[in-house]
Formats: sequence, C-alpha cells, structure tokens
Amino acid sequence: MIELRELRKSYGKVEALRGISTSIERGEVVGLLGPNGAGKTTAMKILVGYLLPTSGAARVAGIDVVEDPLAVQRRIGYLPENAPLYGDMLVQEYLGFVGEMRGYAGPEARRRIVAAAGQCAIDDVLTRPIGQLSKGYRQRVGLAAAILHDPEILILDEPTNGLDPNQIVEVRELIRHMGKSKTVIVSTHILTEVEASCDRAVILIDGRIRADGSLDRLTHSRAQVVSLAADDPAAAADVLGRLPGVSRVERAGAEGDFAVYRLHLTGDHELGEPVFDAARQRGWRLRELRRDDKTLEQVFRELTESAEEVAA
Amino acid sequence: MTRVRSVAARELRSYFNSTIAYVFLLVFVGAALFTVFNVKAFFARGQADLRPLFEAIPLLTLLLVPALTMRLWAEEAKTGTLELLLTFPARDGELVLGKFLASWALLAVGLLLTLPLAGAVAFLGALDWGPVVGGYLGALLLGAAYLAIGQFVSALTENQILAFILALVVCLTFYGMGTEVVVGLFSDRTAALLRALGTGSRFDSIARGVIDLRDLVYYLSLTGFFILLSIGALRARRWA
Repeated sequence: MIELRELRKSYGKVEALRGISTSIERGEVVGLLGPNGAGKTTAMKILVGYLLPTSGAARVAGIDVVEDPLAVQRRIGYLPENAPLYGDMLVQEYLGFVGEMRGYAGPEARRRIVAAAGQCAIDDVLTRPIGQLSKGYRQRVGLAAAILHDPEILILDEPTNGLDPNQIVEVRELIRHMGKSKTVIVSTHILTEVEASCDRAVILIDGRIRADGSLDRLTHSRAQVVSLAADDPAAAADVLGRLPGVSRVERAGAEGDFAVYRLHLTGDHELGEPVFDAARQRGWRLRELRRDDKTLEQVFRELTESAEEVAA
Repeated sequence: MTRVRSVAARELRSYFNSTIAYVFLLVFVGAALFTVFNVKAFFARGQADLRPLFEAIPLLTLLLVPALTMRLWAEEAKTGTLELLLTFPARDGELVLGKFLASWALLAVGLLLTLPLAGAVAFLGALDWGPVVGGYLGALLLGAAYLAIGQFVSALTENQILAFILALVVCLTFYGMGTEVVVGLFSDRTAALLRALGTGSRFDSIARGVIDLRDLVYYLSLTGFFILLSIGALRARRWA
C-alpha cells in the first residue's frame, strides 16, 4: 500500500531524513516512533505531498507522490501536527468546506459530514465556532475532516499530543476503530500509545529507521522470569537449570522469602508447566512466572542510547 | 473549478468573519466620498463627471489593497492551515485563483458602493456614462494587479505585517514608476519605458475616459504574471 525507497530530505544543510526505506501493507496500523526531531513529521509531510523529497521515492498504492500528488491525496486522510483548523468557521462550515474541496456536494456531502461527525463524536458541537472548542474537540474535528472521504490510508501526526488522559483514551479508541478498515500511520513519541493501538512500530532516530517490525518481534525476548520461595534457593536454581530448554539460570534478586530467577531459553517454547510441576514436587511457593519481554520503552531507550554512542 | 469557488467562498467568509471586510469597505467608500466632495471642491468645478473619484482611486486602492492581501497566505502559514490547504487534492493554481477572486470580489463591492455617487451626479447634471463605465473597469483591472502583487508577497512570509509593508512598497514602486516626478528624472527612452510600466500613469488616461486596449492588456498581464509568481511561491515552499 505504501512504499518508501531511500527517501531523503534536507532542509539546507540539515538532513532530516537520511535514506529511509520500508513498506506498509494494506490494513496495517503502524506507529512511527522517535524522539523529537527524528524526522517523523518530515516523512509524513512527504507522504501526503506537502513536501517534496530531496531524493528517493514514496509510492502510495503504486502511485509516485511526486509524479501524481493529487491522486495520492485523494487516497489519504491527513491530520497534521496540532490539528490546524480555521478558527473562525463553525465546525459544520469547515467540514462542508473540506467536503467541497474533496468534490462532494448536496446530500452526499451532508451524509458524509454526519457519518464522520458521528464516528468522531462531534455531533454536539457542529454549530459551534472551531475557535471556541477544547483541544480534544479540535483534534476530533481534524480527524473527522481527515476521514470525510473515507480514505484507504490515514496519516495522523501526533494525534494525542496535548490532550488530557481521558481525551487520549478516546482518540486511541478512534484510531483502533479506524485501523479495522484502513491502513493507518500514527506518529508519536509516547510509547504506550503505540503499544495501545498499533500492530507494528517503525522507530526513527536521527533520520534513519533503527527498528521496524511487529510489536511482538521488537519486544520479544527468549527469557522467562520465575519468582518463588524455596528452602534452598541455590538448589532451586540448579533444578530450574536442568529443565529442558533452559540454557542458563541467573539470580535476579530477591523480595523477602522469594527469590527471582531469570531463565535464558534456547528456543521459543513456553516453560510454564515444567516449572509448575517442579514447584509442586518440591514444595516451592510459586509467585510469578512470566516471559521477560522488554517493554517498547526499553527497546526504544537501547536504540536511542546506541545512536548517541555512534554519534559521540 | 468548484474548488476555486470553494476556496473563494471560504476566503470571503473569513473576510467578513473578521472585521477586515467592514473596515475596508468603510474606509474605501468614506475616503472616496471625502476626496470627491471635499478635497476636489466638487461643486465649485461645476461639472457633472466623476473625474475626481477616478483620480483618487489609484492611490486609494494602492493604500488599501495590502490590507486585503496581507493575510491571504501569511495567516495560513502562521496557523498551519496551509498544510490542510496544500494537502487537499487541489492544484496550487486553484487555491491561488480562489483567493484572488475572493479579494477581487471584495474590492468590487467597494467600487459598487461608490456607484450612488454616479447616480447623484447624474441627478444633478447630464453625466456622460462612457468615462464612468471605463473608469470603473479600469479601477477593477488596476485593483486586480495590486491584489495579485499583494497575494504573491503574502505567499513569501508568515508575518502579516511584513506582507502588508512589502505589498505596499512593491505596489508603490509600480505606481511611482510612471508618475511625472520619477519619469522626469530620466532620458526620453527610459522615461517612455517607465511610463509604460507604471500602473498609475496608465490610469490617468482611463480616468479621463480614454480606454486603450493596450492599457487593459497591460493590467491583465501584470495580474497574470503575479498570479503565476504566487503559484511559484507555493511550489517553492514544497521544496523548502
């Protein structure tokens, strides 16, 4: 659906994008992650035809953005950062204007406005001036405008930035809902955001893609954490180490009676049952047994740190 | 074409939502009436024509047009709505044209509001309508050129004040080029060139009721040229 090839963009001497390549399939919900200034916004602006790339190519549904921007723009719904809107217009006037610009008139336009307003829960403010709306409403008005033409692709630049926790939850739900029928790209520097609403994360640091994959794959690790209380913790470690598929056992601390072990595995198999059986046979009190997945936050921090090391 | 109309309609609405439209119309009509009746001692001349009005119009439009054009692009750039506009499936030309037509329509309304003046003169004496029609046509074309210049300047910056001042300077330069004060400083050939390029000098003959096809072509080309430059300025933004 979306394909970037060696995309570069420089602003004068500053290189915002240093050659990014990736492709996004129909129906994927992709989180574009990165610290501020990593090039997320630039990449999005090129994709929607607002900026021209310095070199490389961006294709949407097989159409080159530079060659036929209008055809691309017809397929994309775009919410720029901070949801800029015409503050002096009423919400319905604005949606009407967006509809006209996208070629809808009369009953068709009204039907689409009603549908989009309903989806974004802004029915109750249609006759209010945009300038008087709260940030959360403005964001949703921007979103309603972006989905008015029922685009195949939705590109949202930091849609939850500056919202309060309740509004953030609302916008996330909307994104997840739209992700069912559309290809969505959401940029953010809030990691929980991606975990909450995306299937895949692309991590952009300093104009380069540093990680790209499904959330499972990015955060996946081959280790399991076990927390248990045994009379002899050292012997327990021994027993755990002899379980099939365990390559190494590491004591990872203790809380009161309970010792925490990290079991490094040779494969991807689950270790729940063997550990549970061993505990029952030996009378250990088992408190916790889980896969030691990294949080996206850890993955992100590791990547940013290594990028800084390279820079230094 | 529907998109041109949509942009123009939105722009006009925005003129009237802010107070700009009302202030512009009030000042334009007020100043026109003032110059005609007061400064030019209308009744003392004892002639039933509108020459004083058309003599005032070049400077009046020159001074007021930048107030109409300063926000056209600068405000959009400042508030970020430019990004909405430029990512609609619309050509840059459609956007520029829409904005141009909106500002032109507002100027036309201003001119329209001075029409009762013609009515009053016609009531007082035998008004020769030829020069009046020509004068209004000329004013519209002159205004179009200034509006196109102003829009181009506005597309270069996101600072409205700067856009206002720059538009004023560029329009004044075009106006001043052809005035006798400036033309007198140069040799014959240069003087002729300056007179040909000046916006004001051409209007003098129109105000006298002489409509030359070359004058009309001149105003239209100037307008077209700056509309193209505006489209170019938008294009350049995408390269930035």
